[in-house]
Amino acid sequence: MSVPQGTVSESAPPPHPPLTTPAAEPHGRRWNGLGWGFVVKLVLMAIVNAFGLMGVFAAVQAESWIIATAAAVLLIAADVVYFTKRALPLKYLLPGLAFLLVFQVFIFGYTAYIAFTNYGAGHVGSQEQAVAAALAQGERRIDTSPSYPLSLVEQGGEYGFAINDDGEIKAGSVDRPLEVVGETSATGAPADVPGWNVVPRGTFLGDPELQELVVQLRVPVSDDPNEGSIRTRDGSTGAVYLSTLEWDADAQTITDTASGTVYTASDSGSFVSDDGTALPTGWVVNVGFDNFLRLATDPGLLEPLALVTLWTFVWAALSVLIPFIMGLVVALIFNDPRVKGRKILRTLFILPYAFPAFMSALLFRGMFNAEFGVINEFFFGGANIDWLGDPWLARIAVLFVNVWLTYPYYFLVCTGALQALPSDALEAASIDGAGRFRQFRAIVLPLVLVATAPLLISSFAFSFNNFTIIYMFNSGGPAIPGAPYALGATDILISAIWAISGVSGGAADYGLASALSILVFIVVGVISALAFRQTRKLEEYQ
Amino acid sequence: MSTATVRPRSGRTTTARRRRWLLEVGWKYLVALVILFYAMFPLLYVVSAALNPRGSLAASNRLFAAFDLSNFAALGGTSYWTWYGNTLIVSGASALGAVLMGAAAAYAFSRFRFRGRRPGLTALLIIQMFPQALAFVAIFLMLLALGEVFPVLGLNSKLALICVYLGGALGVNTFLMYGFFNTIPMELDESAKIDGATHAQIFWRIIMPLVTPILAVVALLAFIASFGDYIIAKIVLVSQDNWTLAVGMFQWVSNQLASNWGLFAAGAVLASIPILALFLGLQRYIIGGLTAGSVKG
Repeated sequence: MSVPQGTVSESAPPPHPPLTTPAAEPHGRRWNGLGWGFVVKLVLMAIVNAFGLMGVFAAVQAESWIIATAAAVLLIAADVVYFTKRALPLKYLLPGLAFLLVFQVFIFGYTAYIAFTNYGAGHVGSQEQAVAAALAQGERRIDTSPSYPLSLVEQGGEYGFAINDDGEIKAGSVDRPLEVVGETSATGAPADVPGWNVVPRGTFLGDPELQELVVQLRVPVSDDPNEGSIRTRDGSTGAVYLSTLEWDADAQTITDTASGTVYTASDSGSFVSDDGTALPTGWVVNVGFDNFLRLATDPGLLEPLALVTLWTFVWAALSVLIPFIMGLVVALIFNDPRVKGRKILRTLFILPYAFPAFMSALLFRGMFNAEFGVINEFFFGGANIDWLGDPWLARIAVLFVNVWLTYPYYFLVCTGALQALPSDALEAASIDGAGRFRQFRAIVLPLVLVATAPLLISSFAFSFNNFTIIYMFNSGGPAIPGAPYALGATDILISAIWAISGVSGGAADYGLASALSILVFIVVGVISALAFRQTRKLEEYQ
Repeated sequence: MSTATVRPRSGRTTTARRRRWLLEVGWKYLVALVILFYAMFPLLYVVSAALNPRGSLAASNRLFAAFDLSNFAALGGTSYWTWYGNTLIVSGASALGAVLMGAAAAYAFSRFRFRGRRPGLTALLIIQMFPQALAFVAIFLMLLALGEVFPVLGLNSKLALICVYLGGALGVNTFLMYGFFNTIPMELDESAKIDGATHAQIFWRIIMPLVTPILAVVALLAFIASFGDYIIAKIVLVSQDNWTLAVGMFQWVSNQLASNWGLFAAGAVLASIPILALFLGLQRYIIGGLTAGSVKG
């Protein structure tokens, strides 16, 4: 795995007098350790500390303890590393390491955590949040409930209500229940609310979007969700809305006072009544291996997933083999000094590789269009071949696209490998009477394979997760009939995870998607282990 | 493609020589033509579609039937240039960050001998094998949570996207750079140290100028990787004016493919020009980088 510029060491001058310029005194004496470099460091660290401290405080205020701890640890680590004389290597490693730990290592761990929960649509956040949401949905205006003069207030872009409760001004927003902020002697809506900006009534009346927002707005009366919330229809009077549901924290039940149904908190993270109906909002709980079991046992899921998995392996294998063979053949043909203009040819050959990959997929998506596409028009005499709608044709087409844009890579790699072949071995073989084919099979191919095997394995791992091509070309379609989560015939595992996760709309099931991610991680890990051993072996050769 | 290398003396030897040439070399030019057609056809097609003022997919089938820049002009009426700018910002920042962090890490691994050096290298090698994209659900949920604390790092923030890309920067690039750094002789550092240079001076003044080729390669590869990324960009960037080209142009083609085709083609041509130019300009170095283990992203 050497980069061609390995000759630097040979061309470097031997212990060189020219470097020691005749100065009055050596650099070392003049250097006192507090030059402008130190100033730069100080300024940078001041900025880092300012933002870091801000982050820690913000996280503490938002009660996100994990984020607060992580920010504090990173900040302390940065200060320790950059303000001691020791830990020299860490001074260079820390910035990259911090990003690596947060945005890669932590992400992997978090994926594993999600895989063991029921996180997804209907199961977001804590039980407390689920109770508040359930009660909010069951809220009705009760005829006997009091109403107050109200004005719309705003603070840092967040809207809230201020009411006049018998001379006490109370203000709050969605996340902050009402609290007393001042006194007033006037009756009617508070005109001046300490800590909040009062939105003039004219603004409210003139802005339909704001009206929409205000009608949806609910400000809890207190921390206890059972006390209901203030809502308004006209922006000038607010009424207390009470939920027909009642939360009993000790018994862990929600009772519907209108119908008398009792919903009990279940282990699966939702409120379920005796007859089995559940409230729409649940919370995140640990479900153990349920997600993995579902992947393995749910027949509706298992069958399409088996198809997807099989195709993923076929896709990854063929995405390596076909372009490799093509690239090798082309490299063999044009590794001939008698062919003139090889440089220009090489540049033209690799153009598909230099064209952005996602753009190629989108381009071919149009070219393969059944009705108007240039491929049907040009090469199939205007026939109406449904490339993107037929499972097999779509698979062939997407492979074709991938071959088109990756064969130049192997062409380059193989050309490099061929040029590094020992010419004396080939000469000796031809003197011994070996034919072209024999030389290729016995000498060229093994040597090229030794040089390219690690690349082939890592390309396999890459194609295995090549989401962009699959998704851009045909969005994984055409759909497998009857499959849940819109799985399609060209979907590979990562695009299946995309479909299941529902991050781009649809029913979200983060837990199940993460469980599948974990399985793919394991597969990738096995492939990587193979690659690792292969590179080790290769190192021993050299 | 001329055959007249030697002036022919007699008719028979010329025919024999020509036949031999055809058998051994001449056919290669024919093969080259076939490959050229295969490689170039889609590219010529997209250029031709970009120049076709009718702009629909069906109208683009006759190659170079028209020459008109109206599709390029029409891009001004869409969000294309906003996306272009976003892409340059995101890819440029992540390329710069990847180079700086990767170079610093490679310098540490190559020049210092410290406890945990070998395990660190091995850990990087292993982490590098697991694609970040597979964990997009966790990325989505983490940014959702982060955004409640620091909105600048939440969903729909370009900064957050850059941070996610930088998270993957160390693993992928350190090895490429580490190998290159090792080819710079240690004696250079040592003589500088004797002259009184600090480690920071050695890094910035001596090592960095010598490793410029690999810096360029890593920058280009990181640039291309974030340029072409769809999956993470799509979940992070929510609103249309924050989209990158990959997200925006996919939207064009997936909705009303037939009518947006001219716009797409013009946009594709414009977007690929800088990458093509960089790629061809740095070709020599990239081939070295490719053989050292990176794959197209």
